[in-house]
Amino acid sequence: MAGMNEAELARLMRAATAGDERAYAEFLRGTAAIIRGFARRKIVQGGVDPEDVVQETLLAIHLKRHTWRQDAPILPWIYAIARFKLIDSFRRRGRRVEVAVDDFAETLAEPEQETVSERDIGRALDGLPPGQRSVVSSISVDGNSIGETAQKLGMNETAVRVALHRGLAAIAKRFGRG
Amino acid sequence: MKTDELIKTLGADAKATAMPLGKMWLMVLTFAAIAAAVVFFMTIGMRPDFMQAMQTIRFLFKFVFTGTLAITAFVVLRMLAMPGAPAGKYGRWLFVAPLLMAVAVVLELFAMPSGDWGKRLMGNNMMICLAFIPLIGLVPLAALLVALKQAAPTRPVLSGAVAGLLAGGLAATFYAAHCTDDSPLFVATWYSLAIAALGGVGALMGRFFLRW
Repeated sequence: MAGMNEAELARLMRAATAGDERAYAEFLRGTAAIIRGFARRKIVQGGVDPEDVVQETLLAIHLKRHTWRQDAPILPWIYAIARFKLIDSFRRRGRRVEVAVDDFAETLAEPEQETVSERDIGRALDGLPPGQRSVVSSISVDGNSIGETAQKLGMNETAVRVALHRGLAAIAKRFGRG
Repeated sequence: MKTDELIKTLGADAKATAMPLGKMWLMVLTFAAIAAAVVFFMTIGMRPDFMQAMQTIRFLFKFVFTGTLAITAFVVLRMLAMPGAPAGKYGRWLFVAPLLMAVAVVLELFAMPSGDWGKRLMGNNMMICLAFIPLIGLVPLAALLVALKQAAPTRPVLSGAVAGLLAGGLAATFYAAHCTDDSPLFVATWYSLAIAALGGVGALMGRFFLRW
Protein backbone atom coordinates (compact mmCIF):
# COMPACT_ATOMS: atom_id res chain seq x y z
CA MET A 1 0.00 0.00 0.00
CA ALA A 2 2.87 2.34 0.81
CA GLY A 3 4.25 2.06 -2.67
CA MET A 4 1.15 2.94 -4.64
CA ASN A 5 2.16 4.75 -7.79
CA GLU A 6 0.78 7.36 -10.15
CA ALA A 7 -0.94 4.97 -12.54
CA GLU A 8 -2.50 2.93 -9.76
CA LEU A 9 -3.84 5.94 -7.88
CA ALA A 10 -5.20 7.52 -11.04
CA ARG A 11 -6.92 4.26 -11.97
CA LEU A 12 -8.49 3.97 -8.51
CA MET A 13 -9.68 7.57 -8.53
CA ARG A 14 -11.21 7.16 -11.99
CA ALA A 15 -13.01 4.04 -10.78
CA ALA A 16 -14.13 5.92 -7.67
CA THR A 17 -15.52 8.76 -9.77
CA ALA A 18 -17.47 6.16 -11.73
CA GLY A 19 -19.04 5.01 -8.45
CA ASP A 20 -16.75 2.23 -7.20
CA GLU A 21 -16.69 2.75 -3.42
CA ARG A 22 -14.14 0.07 -2.72
CA ALA A 23 -11.74 1.70 -5.18
CA TYR A 24 -12.27 5.00 -3.41
CA ALA A 25 -11.39 3.55 0.00
CA GLU A 26 -8.31 1.97 -1.50
CA PHE A 27 -7.36 5.27 -3.14
CA LEU A 28 -7.71 7.08 0.18
CA ARG A 29 -5.58 4.52 2.02
CA GLY A 30 -2.86 4.72 -0.63
CA THR A 31 -3.01 8.50 -0.58
CA ALA A 32 -2.85 8.57 3.23
CA ALA A 33 0.39 6.57 3.11
CA ILE A 34 1.88 8.99 0.59
CA ILE A 35 0.89 12.08 2.58
CA ARG A 36 2.15 10.50 5.79
CA GLY A 37 5.57 10.05 4.23
CA PHE A 38 5.49 13.58 2.89
CA ALA A 39 4.40 15.12 6.21
CA ARG A 40 7.01 13.21 8.21
CA ARG A 41 9.75 14.35 5.85
CA LYS A 42 8.64 17.98 5.99
CA ILE A 43 7.92 18.30 9.70
CA VAL A 44 11.30 18.32 11.34
CA GLN A 45 10.41 20.27 14.46
CA GLY A 46 7.62 19.52 16.91
CA GLY A 47 4.40 21.44 17.16
CA VAL A 48 2.59 19.94 14.20
CA ASP A 49 1.54 16.31 14.30
CA PRO A 50 2.07 14.72 10.86
CA GLU A 51 -1.08 12.65 11.32
CA ASP A 52 -3.14 15.84 11.66
CA VAL A 53 -1.79 16.96 8.30
CA VAL A 54 -2.65 13.53 6.84
CA GLN A 55 -6.23 13.83 8.03
CA GLU A 56 -6.76 17.42 6.97
CA THR A 57 -5.31 16.68 3.54
CA LEU A 58 -7.53 13.62 3.12
CA LEU A 59 -10.56 15.68 4.02
CA ALA A 60 -9.55 18.39 1.53
CA ILE A 61 -8.88 15.82 -1.18
CA HIS A 62 -12.30 14.35 -0.57
CA LEU A 63 -14.14 17.65 -0.72
CA LYS A 64 -12.10 18.96 -3.68
CA ARG A 65 -11.85 15.78 -5.72
CA HIS A 66 -13.76 17.43 -8.57
CA THR A 67 -10.69 19.65 -9.13
CA TRP A 68 -8.68 16.71 -10.42
CA ARG A 69 -8.99 16.30 -14.18
CA GLN A 70 -9.12 12.66 -15.19
CA ASP A 71 -6.48 13.15 -17.88
CA ALA A 72 -4.04 14.98 -15.60
CA PRO A 73 -1.41 13.28 -13.43
CA ILE A 74 -2.75 12.70 -9.93
CA LEU A 75 0.39 12.78 -7.77
CA PRO A 76 1.12 16.49 -8.42
CA TRP A 77 -2.50 17.16 -7.47
CA ILE A 78 -2.19 15.20 -4.22
CA TYR A 79 1.14 16.80 -3.29
CA ALA A 80 -0.10 20.32 -4.08
CA ILE A 81 -3.02 19.85 -1.68
CA ALA A 82 -0.79 18.24 0.96
CA ARG A 83 1.67 21.14 0.74
CA PHE A 84 -1.14 23.67 1.00
CA LYS A 85 -2.53 21.95 4.10
CA LEU A 86 0.90 21.54 5.66
CA ILE A 87 1.63 25.26 5.35
CA ASP A 88 -1.84 25.99 6.65
CA SER A 89 -1.30 23.91 9.74
CA PHE A 90 2.11 25.47 10.44
CA ARG A 91 0.51 28.88 10.18
CA ARG A 92 -2.37 27.92 12.41
CA ARG A 93 -0.12 26.28 14.97
CA GLY A 94 2.07 29.37 15.12
CA ARG A 95 -0.92 31.49 15.90
CA ARG A 96 -2.40 29.07 18.37
CA VAL A 97 0.81 28.92 20.37
CA GLU A 98 0.68 32.69 20.81
CA VAL A 99 -2.94 32.59 21.87
CA ALA A 100 -2.42 29.70 24.23
CA VAL A 101 -0.09 31.69 26.48
CA ASP A 102 -3.05 33.50 28.07
CA ASP A 103 -4.77 30.24 28.85
CA PHE A 104 -1.69 28.61 30.15
CA ALA A 105 -2.58 28.70 33.83
CA GLU A 106 -6.01 27.27 33.16
CA THR A 107 -4.56 24.53 31.05
CA LEU A 108 -2.15 23.59 33.80
CA ALA A 109 -4.89 23.43 36.39
CA GLU A 110 -6.92 20.98 34.34
CA PRO A 111 -6.18 17.28 34.69
CA GLU A 112 -4.26 15.69 31.87
CA GLN A 113 -6.87 14.11 29.61
CA GLU A 114 -5.51 14.40 26.15
CA THR A 115 -5.39 11.11 24.34
CA VAL A 116 -3.12 10.14 21.52
CA SER A 117 -5.95 9.61 19.07
CA GLU A 118 -7.56 12.99 19.78
CA ARG A 119 -6.78 14.70 16.50
CA ASP A 120 -7.69 18.17 15.37
CA ILE A 121 -10.46 16.72 13.24
CA GLY A 122 -11.85 14.96 16.30
CA ARG A 123 -11.87 18.26 18.16
CA ALA A 124 -13.52 19.99 15.21
CA LEU A 125 -16.16 17.27 15.26
CA ASP A 126 -17.10 18.34 18.78
CA GLY A 127 -17.80 21.84 17.51
CA LEU A 128 -20.45 20.73 15.00
CA PRO A 129 -24.16 21.37 15.51
CA PRO A 130 -25.69 18.38 17.37
CA GLY A 131 -27.51 16.95 14.34
CA GLN A 132 -24.42 16.81 12.16
CA ARG A 133 -22.23 15.70 15.02
CA SER A 134 -24.34 12.67 15.88
CA VAL A 135 -24.41 11.59 12.23
CA VAL A 136 -20.67 12.07 11.63
CA SER A 137 -19.62 10.39 14.86
CA SER A 138 -22.03 7.50 14.32
CA ILE A 139 -20.32 6.79 11.02
CA SER A 140 -16.73 7.65 11.95
CA VAL A 141 -16.27 6.67 15.58
CA ASP A 142 -18.97 4.00 15.93
CA GLY A 143 -18.34 2.64 12.45
CA ASN A 144 -21.99 2.47 11.39
CA SER A 145 -23.11 2.54 7.77
CA ILE A 146 -25.42 5.19 6.35
CA GLY A 147 -28.35 2.79 6.73
CA GLU A 148 -27.54 1.84 10.33
CA THR A 149 -27.10 5.48 11.23
CA ALA A 150 -30.45 6.35 9.69
CA GLN A 151 -32.11 3.61 11.72
CA LYS A 152 -30.35 4.51 14.95
CA LEU A 153 -31.15 8.21 14.70
CA GLY A 154 -34.61 7.79 13.21
CA MET A 155 -33.79 9.74 10.06
CA ASN A 156 -34.12 8.82 6.42
CA GLU A 157 -30.97 7.96 4.49
CA THR A 158 -31.02 11.10 2.38
CA ALA A 159 -31.06 13.28 5.48
CA VAL A 160 -28.15 11.27 6.90
CA ARG A 161 -26.16 11.76 3.68
CA VAL A 162 -26.85 15.49 3.68
CA ALA A 163 -25.90 15.87 7.35
CA LEU A 164 -22.74 13.84 6.81
CA HIS A 165 -21.62 15.92 3.84
CA ARG A 166 -22.42 19.22 5.54
CA GLY A 167 -20.66 18.06 8.69
CA LEU A 168 -17.50 17.17 6.78
CA ALA A 169 -17.59 20.47 4.89
CA ALA A 170 -18.03 22.34 8.18
CA ILE A 171 -15.06 20.53 9.74
CA ALA A 172 -12.90 21.43 6.74
CA LYS A 173 -14.04 25.02 6.93
CA ARG A 174 -12.91 25.34 10.53
CA PHE A 175 -9.37 24.56 9.45
CA GLY A 176 -9.42 26.89 6.52
CA ARG A 177 -10.47 29.80 8.68
CA GLY A 178 -7.96 32.23 10.12
CA MET B 1 -10.72 10.26 15.24
CA LYS B 2 -8.30 7.77 13.76
CA THR B 3 -7.23 8.06 10.15
CA ASP B 4 -8.88 4.74 9.29
CA GLU B 5 -12.13 6.00 10.75
CA LEU B 6 -11.85 9.17 8.70
CA ILE B 7 -11.26 7.15 5.52
CA LYS B 8 -14.36 5.07 6.21
CA THR B 9 -16.33 8.25 6.82
CA LEU B 10 -15.16 9.87 3.59
CA GLY B 11 -16.05 6.66 1.78
CA ALA B 12 -19.59 6.88 3.16
CA ASP B 13 -19.79 10.38 1.68
CA ALA B 14 -18.49 9.28 -1.74
CA LYS B 15 -21.84 9.79 -3.45
CA ALA B 16 -21.88 13.52 -2.69
CA THR B 17 -20.26 15.15 -5.71
CA ALA B 18 -19.64 18.76 -6.56
CA MET B 19 -20.39 20.43 -9.87
CA PRO B 20 -17.71 19.69 -12.49
CA LEU B 21 -15.34 22.63 -12.92
CA GLY B 22 -16.09 23.09 -16.63
CA LYS B 23 -19.77 23.55 -15.98
CA MET B 24 -19.07 25.83 -13.04
CA TRP B 25 -16.85 28.13 -15.12
CA LEU B 26 -19.42 28.26 -17.90
CA MET B 27 -22.07 29.31 -15.40
CA VAL B 28 -19.99 31.88 -13.61
CA LEU B 29 -18.66 33.45 -16.83
CA THR B 30 -22.17 33.72 -18.22
CA PHE B 31 -23.33 35.32 -15.01
CA ALA B 32 -20.34 37.69 -14.93
CA ALA B 33 -20.96 38.83 -18.51
CA ILE B 34 -24.65 39.42 -17.84
CA ALA B 35 -23.91 41.29 -14.62
CA ALA B 36 -21.37 43.51 -16.39
CA ALA B 37 -23.79 44.15 -19.25
CA VAL B 38 -26.60 45.11 -16.88
CA VAL B 39 -24.47 47.64 -15.00
CA PHE B 40 -23.05 49.00 -18.27
CA PHE B 41 -26.36 49.53 -20.06
CA MET B 42 -28.12 50.81 -16.94
CA THR B 43 -25.47 53.49 -16.41
CA ILE B 44 -23.29 54.79 -19.25
CA GLY B 45 -24.28 52.64 -22.26
CA MET B 46 -22.74 52.67 -25.71
CA ARG B 47 -21.44 55.81 -27.39
CA PRO B 48 -23.87 57.26 -29.96
CA ASP B 49 -21.46 56.95 -32.89
CA PHE B 50 -20.71 53.29 -32.16
CA MET B 51 -21.31 52.12 -35.75
CA GLN B 52 -19.01 54.74 -37.28
CA ALA B 53 -16.38 54.07 -34.65
CA MET B 54 -16.40 50.40 -35.72
CA GLN B 55 -14.72 51.55 -38.93
CA THR B 56 -11.64 52.85 -37.10
CA ILE B 57 -8.68 50.73 -36.18
CA ARG B 58 -8.04 52.49 -32.86
CA PHE B 59 -11.55 51.78 -31.62
CA LEU B 60 -11.38 48.13 -32.65
CA PHE B 61 -7.97 47.67 -31.08
CA LYS B 62 -9.42 48.50 -27.67
CA PHE B 63 -11.48 45.33 -27.88
CA VAL B 64 -8.52 43.31 -29.07
CA PHE B 65 -6.61 44.45 -25.98
CA THR B 66 -9.37 43.99 -23.39
CA GLY B 67 -10.62 40.78 -24.97
CA THR B 68 -7.14 39.27 -25.10
CA LEU B 69 -6.59 40.18 -21.47
CA ALA B 70 -9.87 38.61 -20.37
CA ILE B 71 -9.31 35.39 -22.33
CA THR B 72 -5.71 34.89 -21.24
CA ALA B 73 -6.61 35.67 -17.63
CA PHE B 74 -9.29 33.01 -17.77
CA VAL B 75 -6.88 30.42 -19.16
CA VAL B 76 -4.52 31.08 -16.25
CA LEU B 77 -7.27 31.26 -13.66
CA ARG B 78 -8.63 27.90 -14.72
CA MET B 79 -5.21 26.40 -14.04
CA LEU B 80 -4.78 28.18 -10.72
CA ALA B 81 -8.08 26.66 -9.56
CA MET B 82 -6.69 23.12 -9.84
CA PRO B 83 -3.94 22.02 -7.43
CA GLY B 84 -0.78 20.89 -9.17
CA ALA B 85 -1.91 22.12 -12.60
CA PRO B 86 0.85 23.81 -14.64
CA ALA B 87 -0.33 27.39 -13.98
CA GLY B 88 3.20 28.74 -14.44
CA LYS B 89 3.41 27.36 -17.96
CA TYR B 90 0.19 29.13 -18.91
CA GLY B 91 1.08 32.24 -16.92
CA ARG B 92 3.21 33.64 -19.74
CA TRP B 93 0.05 34.12 -21.81
CA LEU B 94 -0.74 37.03 -19.52
CA PHE B 95 2.01 38.98 -21.29
CA VAL B 96 0.24 38.86 -24.65
CA ALA B 97 -2.19 41.71 -24.00
CA PRO B 98 0.47 44.09 -22.59
CA LEU B 99 2.76 43.26 -25.53
CA LEU B 100 0.03 44.02 -28.05
CA MET B 101 -0.57 47.28 -26.23
CA ALA B 102 3.13 48.15 -26.26
CA VAL B 103 3.21 47.68 -30.03
CA ALA B 104 0.09 49.83 -30.43
CA VAL B 105 1.60 52.57 -28.28
CA VAL B 106 4.78 52.63 -30.36
CA LEU B 107 2.76 52.81 -33.58
CA GLU B 108 0.66 55.63 -32.15
CA LEU B 109 3.77 57.57 -31.17
CA PHE B 110 5.05 57.23 -34.74
CA ALA B 111 1.71 58.15 -36.27
CA MET B 112 1.02 61.25 -34.19
CA PRO B 113 3.11 64.43 -33.86
CA SER B 114 4.66 64.70 -30.42
CA GLY B 115 2.65 67.85 -29.71
CA ASP B 116 -0.55 65.74 -29.64
CA TRP B 117 0.74 63.02 -27.33
CA GLY B 118 -0.21 64.73 -24.09
CA LYS B 119 -3.73 65.52 -25.25
CA ARG B 120 -4.29 61.99 -26.48
CA LEU B 121 -2.95 60.52 -23.28
CA MET B 122 -5.20 62.59 -21.01
CA GLY B 123 -8.30 62.32 -23.22
CA ASN B 124 -11.69 63.50 -21.98
CA ASN B 125 -12.92 60.53 -19.98
CA MET B 126 -10.16 59.75 -17.54
CA MET B 127 -12.30 59.92 -14.41
CA ILE B 128 -15.21 58.04 -16.00
CA CYS B 129 -12.80 55.35 -17.10
CA LEU B 130 -11.25 55.04 -13.64
CA ALA B 131 -14.66 54.89 -11.99
CA PHE B 132 -16.65 52.70 -14.36
CA ILE B 133 -14.25 49.90 -15.19
CA PRO B 134 -13.97 48.94 -11.50
CA LEU B 135 -17.70 49.51 -11.03
CA ILE B 136 -18.69 47.27 -13.93
CA GLY B 137 -16.14 44.65 -12.88
CA LEU B 138 -17.03 44.43 -9.21
CA VAL B 139 -19.90 41.91 -9.39
CA PRO B 140 -18.04 39.75 -11.94
CA LEU B 141 -15.03 39.73 -9.60
CA ALA B 142 -17.17 38.67 -6.66
CA ALA B 143 -18.70 35.87 -8.76
CA LEU B 144 -15.26 34.66 -9.85
CA LEU B 145 -14.06 34.59 -6.25
CA VAL B 146 -17.07 32.55 -5.18
CA ALA B 147 -16.33 30.14 -8.01
CA LEU B 148 -12.66 29.93 -7.01
CA LYS B 149 -13.66 29.01 -3.48
CA GLN B 150 -15.61 26.03 -4.84
CA ALA B 151 -12.42 24.96 -6.60
CA ALA B 152 -9.06 24.58 -4.85
CA PRO B 153 -6.64 27.47 -5.48
CA THR B 154 -3.39 26.72 -3.65
CA ARG B 155 -2.19 30.27 -4.33
CA PRO B 156 -5.06 32.39 -3.03
CA VAL B 157 -3.52 35.85 -3.47
CA LEU B 158 -2.32 35.22 -7.01
CA SER B 159 -5.63 33.57 -7.93
CA GLY B 160 -7.54 36.56 -6.59
CA ALA B 161 -5.34 38.93 -8.58
CA VAL B 162 -5.85 37.02 -11.81
CA ALA B 163 -9.59 36.91 -11.14
CA GLY B 164 -9.35 40.70 -10.86
CA LEU B 165 -7.60 40.90 -14.24
CA LEU B 166 -10.31 38.76 -15.80
CA ALA B 167 -13.08 40.88 -14.26
CA GLY B 168 -11.17 44.00 -15.36
CA GLY B 169 -10.74 42.74 -18.93
CA LEU B 170 -14.44 41.93 -19.10
CA ALA B 171 -15.49 45.26 -17.64
CA ALA B 172 -13.11 47.18 -19.92
CA THR B 173 -14.53 45.38 -22.96
CA PHE B 174 -17.91 46.86 -22.14
CA TYR B 175 -16.50 50.22 -21.14
CA ALA B 176 -14.58 50.48 -24.42
CA ALA B 177 -17.90 50.61 -26.26
CA HIS B 178 -18.77 53.75 -24.33
CA CYS B 179 -15.52 55.65 -24.26
CA THR B 180 -14.63 58.09 -27.06
CA ASP B 181 -10.94 58.15 -26.21
CA ASP B 182 -9.56 55.58 -28.59
CA SER B 183 -5.86 56.42 -28.55
CA PRO B 184 -3.66 53.56 -27.34
CA LEU B 185 -1.94 56.17 -25.17
CA PHE B 186 -5.17 56.68 -23.24
CA VAL B 187 -6.06 52.99 -23.10
CA ALA B 188 -2.58 51.91 -22.05
CA THR B 189 -2.64 54.36 -19.16
CA TRP B 190 -6.12 54.62 -17.73
CA TYR B 191 -7.62 51.27 -18.68
CA SER B 192 -4.55 49.55 -17.26
CA LEU B 193 -4.78 51.52 -14.06
CA ALA B 194 -8.46 50.70 -13.60
CA ILE B 195 -7.90 47.02 -14.40
CA ALA B 196 -4.92 46.89 -12.05
CA ALA B 197 -7.12 48.30 -9.30
CA LEU B 198 -9.48 45.35 -9.74
CA GLY B 199 -6.47 43.06 -9.70
CA GLY B 200 -5.42 44.58 -6.39
CA VAL B 201 -8.87 44.18 -4.89
CA GLY B 202 -8.91 40.60 -6.13
CA ALA B 203 -5.54 39.86 -4.52
CA LEU B 204 -6.68 41.32 -1.22
CA MET B 205 -9.97 39.42 -1.30
CA GLY B 206 -8.08 36.28 -2.22
CA ARG B 207 -5.86 36.68 0.79
CA PHE B 208 -8.79 36.64 3.20
CA PHE B 209 -11.62 34.93 1.40
CA LEU B 210 -10.01 32.10 -0.58
CA ARG B 211 -9.28 29.73 2.26
CA TRP B 212 -10.41 26.12 2.02
